Amino acid sequence: MAALFTQAFLAALIGGAIAAAVPLLFAGLGEQMSEKAGVLNIGIEGMMLTGAYAGFLAAYETNSLLAGFAVGGLAGLLMGVVMALACVWLGLNQIVIGIAMTLSAEGLTSLLFNSQFASLYPSLPTPVPLAIPFLSRLPVLGPSLFTQHFLAYFGVLLCLAFGWLYLNSFFGLNLTAAGDKPAALDAGGVSVAGTRCVAVLVCGLLAGIGGAYLSEVGSGVFVPFMTNGAGFIGIVLAMLARGRPLGVLLGSVLFGACLSMTTALQVAGINVPTDIINMLPFAMVMLALIIFGRRATLPAAFGHSYQRGAR
Amino acid sequence: MSTEPEILALRAEAPSPWPTLRAALPRLAMTLGPVALAITLSGAVLLATGVNPLAYYALVVRQGLLSADGFQETITQAGPLMLLGASLIVSFRAGLWNLGVDGQFLLGAVAAGAAAPWLVGVMPDGPALVLAMLIAMASAAAWSLLPAYLRAHGGINEIITTLMMNFLGLSLANVLIKLVFIDPATTLPVTRTLPVPDRLPRLFGSTVDIGVILAFLLLTATHLALTRTAWGLRVRLLGANPRAARHAGLNVPRMTIFIFILSAALAGLAGAIMVLGTLGNVRADWDPGFGFVVIPLVFLARLNGWAVMGLVFAFAMLSIGSQSAAIRLGVPQYFNFLLVGLLLFFLALVEYFGQRARMV
Amino acid sequence: MSLAGGDAADAKIPATPLVEFQAVTKRFPGVLANDAVSFALHPGEVHVLLGENGAGKSTLIAMLAGMQQPDGGEILVQGKPGTIASPARALAMGIGTVFQHGMLVPTLTVAENLALGGQWWRRPSRAAISARLAETCAELGLDIDPDAVAGKLSLGEQQQVEIIRALWRGGKVLVLDEPTAMLAPPGIAALGTLMRRMAASGIGIVFITHKLDEALDFGDRISVLRAGRIVGAVEAQLLKTLPRAEVTERIIGLMFASAAPRAPVQATASRTHAELGSPVLQVTGAGMKDASGRQVLRDISFTVQEGEIFGLAGIDGNGQRELAELLAGQAAGSGIVLLDGQNITGLDVAARSRLGLRYVTDDRLGEGTERGFPVSLNLLLKQIGAAPFWRAGVARDGLIDEHADQLVRAFDIRTPSIHTPIGRLSGGNIQKALLARELSGPARAVIYCKPTYGLDLQNIEAARTRILQAAATGIATILISTDMDEIIAMSDRIGVIVGGELRRIIPNAGNARAEAGRLMAGLDDGVARPESVHVH
Repeated sequence: MAALFTQAFLAALIGGAIAAAVPLLFAGLGEQMSEKAGVLNIGIEGMMLTGAYAGFLAAYETNSLLAGFAVGGLAGLLMGVVMALACVWLGLNQIVIGIAMTLSAEGLTSLLFNSQFASLYPSLPTPVPLAIPFLSRLPVLGPSLFTQHFLAYFGVLLCLAFGWLYLNSFFGLNLTAAGDKPAALDAGGVSVAGTRCVAVLVCGLLAGIGGAYLSEVGSGVFVPFMTNGAGFIGIVLAMLARGRPLGVLLGSVLFGACLSMTTALQVAGINVPTDIINMLPFAMVMLALIIFGRRATLPAAFGHSYQRGAR
Repeated sequence: MSTEPEILALRAEAPSPWPTLRAALPRLAMTLGPVALAITLSGAVLLATGVNPLAYYALVVRQGLLSADGFQETITQAGPLMLLGASLIVSFRAGLWNLGVDGQFLLGAVAAGAAAPWLVGVMPDGPALVLAMLIAMASAAAWSLLPAYLRAHGGINEIITTLMMNFLGLSLANVLIKLVFIDPATTLPVTRTLPVPDRLPRLFGSTVDIGVILAFLLLTATHLALTRTAWGLRVRLLGANPRAARHAGLNVPRMTIFIFILSAALAGLAGAIMVLGTLGNVRADWDPGFGFVVIPLVFLARLNGWAVMGLVFAFAMLSIGSQSAAIRLGVPQYFNFLLVGLLLFFLALVEYFGQRARMV
Repeated sequence: MSLAGGDAADAKIPATPLVEFQAVTKRFPGVLANDAVSFALHPGEVHVLLGENGAGKSTLIAMLAGMQQPDGGEILVQGKPGTIASPARALAMGIGTVFQHGMLVPTLTVAENLALGGQWWRRPSRAAISARLAETCAELGLDIDPDAVAGKLSLGEQQQVEIIRALWRGGKVLVLDEPTAMLAPPGIAALGTLMRRMAASGIGIVFITHKLDEALDFGDRISVLRAGRIVGAVEAQLLKTLPRAEVTERIIGLMFASAAPRAPVQATASRTHAELGSPVLQVTGAGMKDASGRQVLRDISFTVQEGEIFGLAGIDGNGQRELAELLAGQAAGSGIVLLDGQNITGLDVAARSRLGLRYVTDDRLGEGTERGFPVSLNLLLKQIGAAPFWRAGVARDGLIDEHADQLVRAFDIRTPSIHTPIGRLSGGNIQKALLARELSGPARAVIYCKPTYGLDLQNIEAARTRILQAAATGIATILISTDMDEIIAMSDRIGVIVGGELRRIIPNAGNARAEAGRLMAGLDDGVARPESVHVH
């Protein structure tokens, strides 16, 4: 047991947690904005997967991780456009479309990847993390907390930015109104559809970037279905965080810790079967839902499309 | 807090158990339309990857339908799919999204695969297989209790909870296979294989086992129960208008839990007959994703049992045919996901425009 | 077609109306909602649009607010023809609308609600908004806290915020849609004062109502709407000079083509002396807490005798619905309920219904029926699986249809067939179906929740008659209503519910209306209370 508290273990755990948290954070923040506006985006899993594939492909072809993130984000954004058209503009059932998008994305990305790379096993070189000067020399926290890929830091900044946005800007107010009482927003002269569209597009963009991170930085390869529920975990994070981006940050780090547990334990010399470790994040999610589920508040107009003048 | 799922444009109009052909024609168009669109667009994707879509579809039909072996495999494959269809019909009619069917399917399979080899050793085959199936149903049902309870008494959205239980179930299945029920006789992570003579009996000297008959009977029973009985009416009321259900005196929490259990048990049984009839054992890391794929089919069928049978058969054909295609044309079976995903998407679109057309 | 003498010397009303509708027509599939409607709103006046439910008022408001577009005719704003293409355009043109159902975002504060609609890339300036709010409040004699959360304000205060918001951009036209529906008498008086103040500063107000008395109390001009048309108007001159009774008669005359009214303006079905029997329903100490632990019903006790109509009066949202649900068995709470001496406290909805305790909900389509199910099934919705309609779980269509036919005839339910999905029927016929369902079979006690809400005159009449007939057969009746006229016309005794408590039970004698009004306003024993808090 003492082995658990060695520096190496803690560093591996924290570092791994942060790294694993990044895609969850992006997915969660995106989903949170979408949910605030009243749109449940079940297709986020598909958006992440598409981002993972497109990002990997772009990075592989151009040898630039940055290009990968851009393309991955773009791919997610495009899927967001489809979702916005179908669910916000036409008003189709959000859950059905979400399932359709996830299924299609799973099939499409696997198909395309297979046709392009078949029996080759393409991989990307491990990216060099960004070490924050001075801070990265601290014991334990240094190599783990302050030596991360730049997207991790960007994610935190995004978190703070969204927090400010939700509380202090007109856009934040409009989002809340769109989710709670779209009729009030419409009566106030603001386009409900427009607000929701923006939210969905942002969600797609962030999901795509998060997915790209998974394939480019997280593993360096693309494997069909590799998101493995990350998008859905993002949905749970958004639901539990009750409208606060910092809540998403906290949740994603906790779940990231579960995900990175295997490697960390191996470092500590403890051998627990991978499958049991794989159960950890989802078991934690269920636990969180059991404890906090009742208080997870969703906006009143959630899941319903808005029609002006409808009874 | 839970969202009330409106299944596309489906309302609780009293479905007729034996639809007339004339009434069915516009419906038929609205059903075949999305299929045609999905097939076309998927074909385009195939083209983009360098495969001739016509050759692909032709191969699928030839291998899945026109060859003697393939046809039998298709029918056999339709068995578990029909049960999954029944499972989802029950759940969706009640307005509940049981998205955990894959996990329930797999756990049912593992339970049957683990229990059967042992049971046939201590009792005659018949009762042993029945018992194995019951154990499978119970295991799957148990797996649905947590989301069921959370939804019934906590109002917690079951979409998320069942999805999480899905992933948990897949991992749990792996743990069970690799660590608990592993076959000591081999090095592969697989449960003990049920010897062929002990499996579900075959029909008339073919390779089709009676699991298909069982599935057919249960799907029929499900459909009739939902459309003709008082119980079915209550379920439909619950799905259409939970507030009216409460007002009418239905015990909504109790019904919710019961529906979950029933739906999960059917999914577990699907897994069981696949193992007890066809596979004989369960490999680790096996996740065919049948549950998720049947969802669009059930919607396309508008939750009607007969339509589900037809569509499930078509998909079974695709499933078997695409196995050959994977080898001969290099198109992986993931293609099915794309096809079915697009199917659901186009269905939603066609429903929408169809509604608009009807209102004018 | 106005009755005005055309006195041009009335210089208070300048030439250019703020808003004018000229022969505006609006059609919906199968119905002509507005037929060549013309009216004009001048600055500084309160123009009342008077009409019963279904006369086309909501459609007019929708067009004023930019939610619908006219199919024919012209709309002039400040004398220039224009299109009110959207709510945004309406606001930009200076037209603010306060709808009947609250349009505030409940989770935002007052200041944030007022800020909604600004350019999205800017930051709303809290200070500026608070300052302006304070200014407006001073002008209008109001007192609103900018940082109060909108959902926690009383209904009257919420309405005030909405009025302020409607005029926030400096608009000159205010449209009020049935604003007194949710207010107690003091609140109504306050609204009247507020309107006077606003009119004095040049704002034109369109006041929509179906209550004649309100029209006379508040209006400078009254336009009468019936079946989608303006059938006449009463000008300011006449309102000021003629005695009230005479104006009332003229308006009644306007509402009907022939000399003799075919139907009364007010429903006349009312209570004659009733023979009361033994106690049927006895409620002792009923209480209930909501999900957050707040007490929504507090120690309610009363008894209803055979054949008695017990009217439960109160402003919407003071616990009426909760009480009905508790008695019906739909919601759990404390206290004891006896039906014919039997303790039914632990029984569920189905059991209570079988014993004869019935509940007619006010939410006809949301709760009382399932719109996709046929009429025949809806008529048996609370008896699914019961004999003789179901045998061994299987439906016996013949008996179900027969039962439906009987009820459709007996209750005059207009429906294309008994298999029509009930959602296609009009509100009045759905209400008839609900009454048919709850009154069939051995009913002992029936709770009616707002049974005539949203119905037209004929159907109101029919429903009231039905309730009276049922009571005459010995059914103990609880009539929950927000319509004071209805309570007075129908009840033997009146209980007033405020804030989840039964303030007092008074006999329906001469001064009952005034007494009940005082109780509802929280004026008890001369001690004035703050405007009654709504329970939601």
